[in-house]
Amino acid sequence: MDALNNVFVNIALAIRGLFVDSHSFGADLTINVIVFIMLFLIMVVAALFLSLVERKFAHWVSQRSGPNRLGPHGWFQFIADAVKMLGKEDITPVNVDKFLFKMAPMMLVGVTLMVFGIIPFGEGMVAIDLDLGIFYFFAVSSLSTLAMLMAGWASNNKYSLLGGLRAVAQMISYEIPLLLSLLGVVMITQTFNLSSIIEAQKTIPFIFLQPLAFAIYLIAGIAETNRAPFDHIQGEQEIVAGPFTEYSGLRWGLFMLAEYGNVVATSAIAVTMFLGGWYGPEFLPGWLWFILKIWLVIFLMMWVRWTFVRMRIDHLMHFAWKILLPLTLVNIFLTGLGIYVYDLLIARIGG
Amino acid sequence: MTIEGTQEYAINMGPQHPSTHGVFRMVVHLDGEVVTGVEPKIGYLHRGLEKMAESRTYTQFIPYTDRLDYLAGPHNSLGYVQAVEKMMGIELPERAEYLRVIFAELGRIASHLVMIASGSLDICGWTPWSYCFRDRERILDLFEMTAGNRMTPNYFRIGGVSHDVPDEFMPALKSFLDDMPEMLEEYQGIFFGNEIVQSRMKSVGILPKELAENLLITGANLRASGVQYDVRKAEPYSIYDRFDFNVPVLYGCDTYDRHFIRLLEIQESSKILRQALKDIPDGPVMAKVPKVIKPPAGKVYHRVENPKGEMGWYIVSNGTTKPARVRIRTGAFVNVQMLSAIIAGWKIQDLVTIFASMDLVLGEVDK
Repeated sequence: MDALNNVFVNIALAIRGLFVDSHSFGADLTINVIVFIMLFLIMVVAALFLSLVERKFAHWVSQRSGPNRLGPHGWFQFIADAVKMLGKEDITPVNVDKFLFKMAPMMLVGVTLMVFGIIPFGEGMVAIDLDLGIFYFFAVSSLSTLAMLMAGWASNNKYSLLGGLRAVAQMISYEIPLLLSLLGVVMITQTFNLSSIIEAQKTIPFIFLQPLAFAIYLIAGIAETNRAPFDHIQGEQEIVAGPFTEYSGLRWGLFMLAEYGNVVATSAIAVTMFLGGWYGPEFLPGWLWFILKIWLVIFLMMWVRWTFVRMRIDHLMHFAWKILLPLTLVNIFLTGLGIYVYDLLIARIGG
Repeated sequence: MTIEGTQEYAINMGPQHPSTHGVFRMVVHLDGEVVTGVEPKIGYLHRGLEKMAESRTYTQFIPYTDRLDYLAGPHNSLGYVQAVEKMMGIELPERAEYLRVIFAELGRIASHLVMIASGSLDICGWTPWSYCFRDRERILDLFEMTAGNRMTPNYFRIGGVSHDVPDEFMPALKSFLDDMPEMLEEYQGIFFGNEIVQSRMKSVGILPKELAENLLITGANLRASGVQYDVRKAEPYSIYDRFDFNVPVLYGCDTYDRHFIRLLEIQESSKILRQALKDIPDGPVMAKVPKVIKPPAGKVYHRVENPKGEMGWYIVSNGTTKPARVRIRTGAFVNVQMLSAIIAGWKIQDLVTIFASMDLVLGEVDK
């Protein structure tokens, strides 16, 4: 089990072992390039696969058949979809701001990929073990707002502009409860480092200590990834496809990639902060537990998406500022109180 | 109110917009997300049905009537064939009348199911949409097994119906009616009872009673504004006076009530269907009609309660085999006025739900 647990770590060590000095610049560069490609592949495959699972799940919920032609029960559909997307004509409409128009999808995917860099998939299996991990997550993920606005503005389309402005309003509002909901965990563990946060959950996952924070994180996370009931940015029924209206082919595909990549990243952070990361019963390796837990959170998000309808934009903003934000503050207060009482007890008992 | 330095802008919704239900087009004037005015532009589905009628015989025009409100085909034909029968003074056999009512009410249920479904889809409720379409499918199957066509059955003839229903029709209808309460409960649970749906729809797009009456709104939209008016009760046609059913009225005047009243009407329709299923006699399904339909010169006006509103047929005959003039008064066409009358001040998201609550079918608006 130990060998299986550390299989990826050992592979990395073996590759480093090929170099004379295993910590030379060349070794670091090789490892980083391999890790980068791996992360990108994980993101692409996860996104493609997720797009299929999403449809399967949707059809299961709403009692339809879903994709069922390609491969056993339609499970190869995502490959066909990817090929189809690559083959589509790439249209850049006239009168768009060409630079921003082409930059926006790349930037969105880049931002998502940057988030993947800090996710600890297993013990020692993190690309960059930042001490300010969670802080970095917020700093980077808020950049995606900019990409949305760029796409909305550059498209020279009124629907896109409306979508871009909605993106700014919604994502900035929900960033705050998202950030504050994680503060409780940080207060308990006294660290921003994601690996240390997981290690602190060896005995008990923080979902049991911070149930309110988990609920708030999930709601705000759904809003951050623009999924129903908070998918106002795309808002198909009102603004066609929001910032993505004018995009086609691979550029549009990059947006979808980023969307599903964000779903995976948000779920991964939820697993890291609340669900105990790679810890689980011993019969499965740690990294598999981590992935299974990610899927659990993703299924939760899908369940919400296919059950609820879209909120109105003003209700959405009220919900963030008048309900979620006070609740997160209450959660922080309660956590502080809990830590104080706990410390007092420890001092009394002398533990 | 526009903030200084900003300006209103016009945005073109349709004819190929995801939520304009067909080829409706509207020019929306927006101040940010707030709608200040809407100009409906219709005519993208205009086929000139009234003019077409003049160059076809009375019987040949029946299939075209199905294409008016294509979500509830039978009821359009019902209005037309009854208008012609009124002119010629044809008496129908009992069984034909019952079959007509069964088909008309099935069409009403199908139409209302689509309305609830598209209403939920317009606020991104994919699952309720799918449930409604799943159940509507069974109605279309009933149409298919009888008449061959699914949405436009073309089943009614002047003097009766084209042929009797197959043997498996009545059991299938009965099982559909038996499943009905469970279906309605499901819609109630996933759509009407949903907190977000209610917050999206309640008190949105108020159509006051006086305004509704002044704009000549008919059908379920009028009844959701607190007016108890239904042609089936006010001026019973066919054999509707034999059935025991209520005309549901809601007083909320808002988008939610305009959706919810459809659910209540489905209940009432299924009540009618149950009684019809119980009472339907055996016998011929076609009256004795002349080989060539040639109504005497004169004119007739006949109105029926279509799912989308009151539908009136004004037919002028000059004694030949083709009508001299046909004028169709469709409910949905008149109901379009409601949009620009009540829209100001709502958000672009409300515009979509208000538009859905009007339950327009472009086949009926553009004719």
